[in-house]
Amino acid sequence: MNIASSCDVAVVGAGAAGLAAAAECARRGLSTVVFDEQQAAGGQIYRAITATPLKDRTVLGADYWHGEGLVGEFARAGATHVPGATVWAVTRSDDGFEIGVSHDGVAQLVQAKQVILATGALERPFPIPGWTLPGVMTAGAAQLLLKTSGLVPEGRVVLAGTGPLLYLVAAQLARVGGRIDCLLDTTPRGQWRSAAPYAVDFLRSPYLAKGLSILRDARRATRLVGGVQQLEALGGDSLQRVRFVAGGRSEELPVDLLLLHQGVVPNINLSNAIGCAQRWDEAQLAFVPVVDRWGASSVAGVTIAGDGAGIAGARAAEARGRLAGLHTVHMLGRLDAAARDRAAAPVRTELARFTRGRAFVDAMYRPAEAFRIPAGETIVCRCEEVTAQQVIDTVKLGCTGPNQMKSFLRCGMGPCQGRLCGLTVTELIARERQAPPGEVGHYRLRFPVKPITLGELAALPETDEGIKAVVRIGKAH
Amino acid sequence: MFKRLPEAGPTVPVTIDGRQFAARAGDSVAATLFAAGVKACRTTPVSGAARGPFCMMGVCFDCLVTIDGRPNQQGCLVPVREGMRIESQSGARIAVDAPPGQP
Repeated sequence: MNIASSCDVAVVGAGAAGLAAAAECARRGLSTVVFDEQQAAGGQIYRAITATPLKDRTVLGADYWHGEGLVGEFARAGATHVPGATVWAVTRSDDGFEIGVSHDGVAQLVQAKQVILATGALERPFPIPGWTLPGVMTAGAAQLLLKTSGLVPEGRVVLAGTGPLLYLVAAQLARVGGRIDCLLDTTPRGQWRSAAPYAVDFLRSPYLAKGLSILRDARRATRLVGGVQQLEALGGDSLQRVRFVAGGRSEELPVDLLLLHQGVVPNINLSNAIGCAQRWDEAQLAFVPVVDRWGASSVAGVTIAGDGAGIAGARAAEARGRLAGLHTVHMLGRLDAAARDRAAAPVRTELARFTRGRAFVDAMYRPAEAFRIPAGETIVCRCEEVTAQQVIDTVKLGCTGPNQMKSFLRCGMGPCQGRLCGLTVTELIARERQAPPGEVGHYRLRFPVKPITLGELAALPETDEGIKAVVRIGKAH
Repeated sequence: MFKRLPEAGPTVPVTIDGRQFAARAGDSVAATLFAAGVKACRTTPVSGAARGPFCMMGVCFDCLVTIDGRPNQQGCLVPVREGMRIESQSGARIAVDAPPGQP
């Protein structure tokens, strides 16, 4: 596929937010290019929506199939969709931004006047002993295998963790006859007390009815163990058993597949590397980019939409995508402020509807500290195989934050670039230092945000500016 | 550890560590490994521990495999093609660039 060398708007991510943002831009005449790593539009929530082998619509449910309309709207709007493309850099250029992207194993630079980041969410790290064993994966991963491939877990299957997605996956697997031996619920007992103040909003939200039906299906499908306080995956070369403690009693189960989940967090690698300001969100226990009511970040020209700017779910992400799109069209002078605000008004109503009840969900399913902040030999950084104890020892040596710690341990410097350890490391250091996570900070991420080969970089066309820069360095020496 | 629902659709032939396997057309390499009953697809460069696909969405890099001779490919992001050679990999691999036009 030939990618145009320049465009008005580059959108990163073809999930709910990216598709809506791109549709708003493209239908108002802006040349809009959407880069996405997957093979088809939809992101993770609407993954494989145009190709899923699951034709029975009751399996994935109406909320999934809502994505069909959005993908259709996107296809009609006239944006260019580049699937299978990884954006590894976004840097400032004379009249906007230069996007570094790899596609079909070839790196390319694309100029864009405005950038919309819709990088979505990823599952919160769940660092328990043995979580790197083959046979342990995320519940979201099992859901993706169902959506994309019609693959259903078999053998002895245990789900563990907390949060709406865990129950949704249990319910969906049950609907297709998947076996679930046990659901280990790690939601701290009594947490409803801190969620209660938000209950009124939740009761008025669209999530209540769905939540109840999922819980009912999940309970019917499996043995439910509540109040799980410790959890361990055991095995040699692969998972063999799960050990857990609930209500003061320890139990061990033979198991073939353990599916972990404790909520989702914003995927901030790209916005962080661009230099967008971010803050610690204590309610969501994650770093989130600082954005205004349109999604505009602290970097002029970079707008962030959807869960990548704070978790609010797919329907809210779609609304936030539309707002980001309208803002971008306005910034490029194609829509005056009054017309933008008129177009945004119904979107804001929609957004309010789908963010209502979120505070309740955040408080109710706040993951327990024991499963966020590991100890001892539990692996924190899966790539470099750094343990919790190593991180703690480094803090005792005087290391104050994650960036300094990299030079001691290489923690966060493997191929995943801190995606699977960033929050764990911040919270671990924060607890050791008795400092707030916001003060400890997050990894300072750098381009390329995903690994590319030197060969790909070297094959990029040389610019006059680049050649002059090298000549200047040569003369200086 | 995974079974296939009946409505899967057409297949394409691939090899997994030399073994013939009928992959479902449209599946990723990582999904194909699970469909073939493969739990672990690599060992780590640091300790040599076995790993298998974990996130299925391109963020964890635990599904790194060698595809048609090119090591370190994210199995969950690459769709299967007819005749594809999928190989597990051990430890650190040296990155190799793709021939032009071939992912």
